[in-house]
Amino acid sequence: MATTTSDVQIDIDAHDEHHHGPDKGLMRWVKTTNHKDIGTLYLWFAFTMLLIGGAMAMVIRAELFQPGLQLVEPQFFNQMTTLHGLIMVFGAIMPAFVGLANWQIPLMIGAPDMALPRMNNWSFWILPFAGAMLLSTLFMEGGGPAFGWTFYAPLSTTFAPDSTDFFIFAIHMLGFSSIMGAINIIATVMNMRAPDMKLMDMPLFVWTWLITAFLLIAAMPVLAGAVTMMLTDRNFGTSFFDAAGGGDPVMFQHIFWFFGHPEVYIMILPAFGVVSQIIPTFARKPLFGYSSMVYATASIALLSFVVWAHHMFLTGMPIAGQMYFMYATIMISVPTGVKVFNWVTTMWRGSMTFETPMLWAVAFVILFTIGGFSGLMLGVAPVDIQYHDTYFVVAHFHYVLVTGALFSIIAAVFYWLPKWCGRMYNEKLAKIHFWWAVISVNVLFFPQHFLGLAGMPRRIPDYSTQFADFNMISSIGGFAFGASFLLLTYIIVNCIRNGEPVKDERVWESARGLEWTVATPAPYHTFNEPPKKAEILNESSHIGAH
Amino acid sequence: MQSNNQYFVPHGSYWPIVGSVGMASLLGGFASSLHGNVLGTGLMVLGLVIIIFMVFGWMGQVVLESESGIYNKQVDRSFRMGMGWFIFSEVMFFAAFFGALWYARNLAVPWLGGEGNNFFTGQVLWPDFKAVWPLIQVPDVSKYTVPKGIIHAWEIPAINTLALLTSGATLTWAHWALLNNKRNQIIAGLIATIVLGVIFLALQVAEYGEAYQHLDLKLTSGIYGSTFFMLTGFHGLHVTLGTIMLIVILMRVIRGHFNPENHFGFEGVAWYWHFVDVVWLGLFIFVYWL
Amino acid sequence: MLSRRYSVDISSINPLSRVPLFVVQRARSVLCSLGSKLSKGLLFTLFFLPFSAFAEYGLNLTEGVTPVSKNIYGLHMLIFWVCVGIGVIVFGVMIYSIIFHRKSRGAKASNFHESTTIELVWTLVPLAILIAIAFPATKVLIDLENTDKADMTVKITGYQWKWQYEYLDNGVSFFSNLSKESNDKRQLGAGGDFPENYLLNVDRRLVLPVDTRIRFLMTSNDVIHSWWVRDLGVKQDANPGFINDAWATIEKPGVYRGQCAELCGKDHGFMPIVVEAKSKEDYAAWVKEQQALQKAAAAAGEREWSKDELMVQGQKVYSTSCAGCHGVTGQGIPGTFPAMAGSAVTTGDIKAHIDIVMNGKAGTAMQAFGGQLNDSDLAAVITYERNAFGNNTGDLVQPSTIKSAR
Ligand code: HEA
Ligand code: HEA
Ligand code: HEC
Ligand code: CUA
Ligand SMILES: [Cu+2]
Repeated sequence: MATTTSDVQIDIDAHDEHHHGPDKGLMRWVKTTNHKDIGTLYLWFAFTMLLIGGAMAMVIRAELFQPGLQLVEPQFFNQMTTLHGLIMVFGAIMPAFVGLANWQIPLMIGAPDMALPRMNNWSFWILPFAGAMLLSTLFMEGGGPAFGWTFYAPLSTTFAPDSTDFFIFAIHMLGFSSIMGAINIIATVMNMRAPDMKLMDMPLFVWTWLITAFLLIAAMPVLAGAVTMMLTDRNFGTSFFDAAGGGDPVMFQHIFWFFGHPEVYIMILPAFGVVSQIIPTFARKPLFGYSSMVYATASIALLSFVVWAHHMFLTGMPIAGQMYFMYATIMISVPTGVKVFNWVTTMWRGSMTFETPMLWAVAFVILFTIGGFSGLMLGVAPVDIQYHDTYFVVAHFHYVLVTGALFSIIAAVFYWLPKWCGRMYNEKLAKIHFWWAVISVNVLFFPQHFLGLAGMPRRIPDYSTQFADFNMISSIGGFAFGASFLLLTYIIVNCIRNGEPVKDERVWESARGLEWTVATPAPYHTFNEPPKKAEILNESSHIGAH
Repeated sequence: MQSNNQYFVPHGSYWPIVGSVGMASLLGGFASSLHGNVLGTGLMVLGLVIIIFMVFGWMGQVVLESESGIYNKQVDRSFRMGMGWFIFSEVMFFAAFFGALWYARNLAVPWLGGEGNNFFTGQVLWPDFKAVWPLIQVPDVSKYTVPKGIIHAWEIPAINTLALLTSGATLTWAHWALLNNKRNQIIAGLIATIVLGVIFLALQVAEYGEAYQHLDLKLTSGIYGSTFFMLTGFHGLHVTLGTIMLIVILMRVIRGHFNPENHFGFEGVAWYWHFVDVVWLGLFIFVYWL
Repeated sequence: MLSRRYSVDISSINPLSRVPLFVVQRARSVLCSLGSKLSKGLLFTLFFLPFSAFAEYGLNLTEGVTPVSKNIYGLHMLIFWVCVGIGVIVFGVMIYSIIFHRKSRGAKASNFHESTTIELVWTLVPLAILIAIAFPATKVLIDLENTDKADMTVKITGYQWKWQYEYLDNGVSFFSNLSKESNDKRQLGAGGDFPENYLLNVDRRLVLPVDTRIRFLMTSNDVIHSWWVRDLGVKQDANPGFINDAWATIEKPGVYRGQCAELCGKDHGFMPIVVEAKSKEDYAAWVKEQQALQKAAAAAGEREWSKDELMVQGQKVYSTSCAGCHGVTGQGIPGTFPAMAGSAVTTGDIKAHIDIVMNGKAGTAMQAFGGQLNDSDLAAVITYERNAFGNNTGDLVQPSTIKSAR
């Protein structure tokens, strides 16, 4: 079975090569409309931004290493916090997932490319400009944005430096890029699937991205609206966020979080998808509860639009509002729990091996759940009084974002990299890196729970001596975790340049899915002919569909 | 080219990067011009020119490809989905401003007047403030302009509603004509739609003039003016864009593009126009009337 | 480049060179005390020790001293244990599976992948647990939101970066700034000794009586701040243009500390809160004392001040009220806060100078200090600005000038 497939594949390749293979040189990357090229661009861009955002985190942790102002001025510290948050969210995590989507979705649904290839290129090529505009604010008079990644008015309107208008337009551009990317993904999934692939045959990564794309299209324009109102409040005398004119600064928070809460699920749903691909492969067992996974993802997405004000329990919201948002928020634990239980049950009575992608996936399940638990605690309105705007919140969201979203991205890269470049990474180094990272990241973020409960507010450059010990531990963990990325860089570059060649199109013994039916490394053009029914069913039955 | 049932994947393209450069110059230039940088204004204009160049170049190529017949049904579907979801994203963009209007009117302003759990807000901070909508008086009159009056629904806005609704009908009439391949009727329908769109815009400009010159109703008139101009302004911008797109479509029809089976360009613009129409109804009801 | 551009005040003393030695010393002490703390922290992580033991190590919330804070603490512990319980089960099953269902142990994969029953169970059981949490949570919420029937009211206004307290029942009113020791120390950077309650100390405490139902009204003069005292179970945003309320009945005399909990600009980390709860009698005496002090301050504004007096007082006022933005050495921060040294205002027309200090500038961070400082303090700080930082204009401003400018 497998042999015939690959024969056909190679055939198509050879036939294709003289039609249009990749161009040569830099212009290949600027002009490209190929989903694999664009995926690669996204991933490298995201990785660069991760290093920049991470370097800012290192400044934060270095300043907080011990009490007393040591390295940077408070204003600059706030710029680091703000840009760290913005760059990680908009520059690293989101583009990384879009990169994965670009590489994988056409491969996983048997499509020749994305639905709108030129627009796909534009979605990417806006990002470097937006990122550059955002970073350039650091060098302007008055410094970059220093009002937190949540940029609450009026600190970001009346009380912010001129560079803020550049920040606003950078957000506009990032939003535009995301919306176009999301439109492309929906069109691809809905219109480019192999004709014989039904929705319920799709791998979960495709499902989660489809749903994420809906979230993006609904949420990003609202963010654009928020920054537009900021722009006019700052420059044209409107009073959306100023009580003196009948507006309300809290209104900004409502609009922001109407975007912001779906945004955090935008960063976690594709992660769920990744993990749902990896665990069955290494447990050698179909995913448990495929359809309930799909429904759970959809419920999480829907709920995410009606819980936003759990970030605002202390803004003076009427009590009925607080109750409603509390109930709705903690409800999200139910579908999320379904996912966690399904993963665990997939592992149950499997025949597991622990190659690097599996290690990251398992770490994801455990550590994300810990982050989810603290999320649940935050969701209980009266107790949030003590947690809000403390390091407890910082601990919560780094567990879901770093050991959640980021870990899943790393898992995905280790899982699919051999398919992409036809070379195997160094398993031994990768395992060392895993243990190094997973231990240091807990040293980094776990003590932040204690700091928050003990009363340390977030976004402060200096703190009282009673918080010194845990901050020092956290910083040490932070430096160790940061350094682990140097090793990661080496492992990846080494894999791409001199890794052991992989010939088997399956790569992993028990991997299933259409992406494993094309040659390794994946040819520049794939699926010029859509895969056949039998093959689709064979591949999808192993991921738990049917 | 490849066989007919193959999806058309264009080879590399320069237009996206041109678009990105244009967008970055436009917005970067705008931001610096806001702080009195003359070079910024220049950059902004340059960016705009680049973007217009890009739009025409890119769309021109798409039209060319479309006319050469390499787009199959599946490609057409991708375009339709793209346009549909793009319009949905626009709906959400307007939703942010409608949301702001709703919030200000039903929550923020009453709270400033001391309602709900904001008894002390009214009592201590704004004892002289009366919360009535439309908000003619602002809490702090030293900071914002006080308008003398508001725009009433059953004057220009009602005429505008009529104009836009009629334009929706004329456009649909043109669409029917297209389906039945009656070229003259398509052209007549499109021209009528464009004329109605221009009438709408002209009346809107007149209304703004009235507001600024006689009513003192401005962007700076507190939350009423802010929401009023933001909503109607962004809507007006969309009508302008829609009108330009209709003109382009008219020219394509005159050149003999489109046939009953294959006319995504026409339909995409029609959807957009209807969307702008529906937003206006929302505006008429929530901004002017209620 | 960073330190040149941003270290306006502290660059000269920033002891980067001292860091290594300090780190060694500190690390030694941390390691000693940490041995025990860390192991307890780890145990906490593993959910084994009974809880009350942790409060003293600063690992957990404290119970606090008001009915609300105690309820919150109880709720916090409840949810915590629920999560621990679920975690133990989920992770337990998973770890069992990881150990026993691995290929290297010869495990064969089974092929089951669906069960509607079990999916239903693990949807409904968590749902039931959540409903069980929601009941007590709602009760606590309703209680803490009800601010009726207060015995006294304190209005709290956030400013960049200090708090104003106004006792609406007896006319006492004052500003509370970061204490001088903390403020001096933070300019010096790391190393050396830290004053007690570094960054958690103020120049004037909010004094409150015990066993009294106190209503707090929170608002702000500029950006959003948030007034938080953990032991009181109160954290409430202070929004400009709106008033939020909260309440507390303090059950135990003592000193309770907190901090601003909403990012409010550069010195967000430096606007602490200190509440001192006294017996009712002591509180009444304190109020009398404050009223007398306020009278005396008013009287001081009536007389003529000497230049030295003005400069000494001016420096004091400047360092508490102005240095936060304009810098101790009057250099400001380019692009955000103008310099006082050689500024056209501080060396030009006195009237304009008095005007901007008293009335501020709408739409900027420059507040109106007319309502914050009394005549003599305003006179002193303006005199100081006109003669310090090399501005040597020689001008004197008397309290009487300020009075007539009001
Ligand atoms: C990937 C991102 C991500 C994810 C997935 C989540 C998931 C959740 N978050 Fe989180 N959150 C953030 C990112 C994320 N969050 C960020 C960035 C912030 C801070 C923003 C800022 O202010 O800067 C934040 C802040 C934040 C707050 C505001 C805190 C404050 O500022 O005071 C709240 C409050 O309700 C909250 C709640 C939740 C909840 C209930 C979930 C739930 O989805 C979690 C559900 C999961 C589980 C519960 C675990 C698994 C479930 C089981 C094993 C089943 C059984 C369990 C039970 C029945 C308990 N989050
Ligand atoms: C989206 C994802 C994301 C990711 C991946 C991270 C990653 C990290 N974050 Fe992040 N963080 C946020 C999102 C994220 N964060 C958000 C949204 C906020 C809120 C912002 C706000 O308050 O507005 C925040 C805030 C925040 C704070 C609170 C700041 C404050 O309140 O003042 C802290 C403090 O410790 C912190 C630390 C870290 C660290 C140490 C990492 C590490 O995981 C980073 C590791 C990566 C690297 C270090 C880079 C790679 C390595 C190199 C460049 C090599 C050189 C380095 C060495 C040799 C050491 N973050
Ligand atoms: C929260 C920040 C902040 C504090 C505290 C502050 N100022 Fe200012 N001040 C500003 C800002 C911002 C401006 C610039 C206003 C503008 O845009 O013109 C300013 C302007 C001034 C000016 C005019 C300077 C010029 O060259 O235009 C003077 C004088 C001044 N402040 C004096 C004071 C005094 C005296 C105090 C303390 C009693 C003080 N300021 C406290 C932020 C502050
Ligand atoms: Cu005031 Cu933070
Ligand atoms: Cu949220």
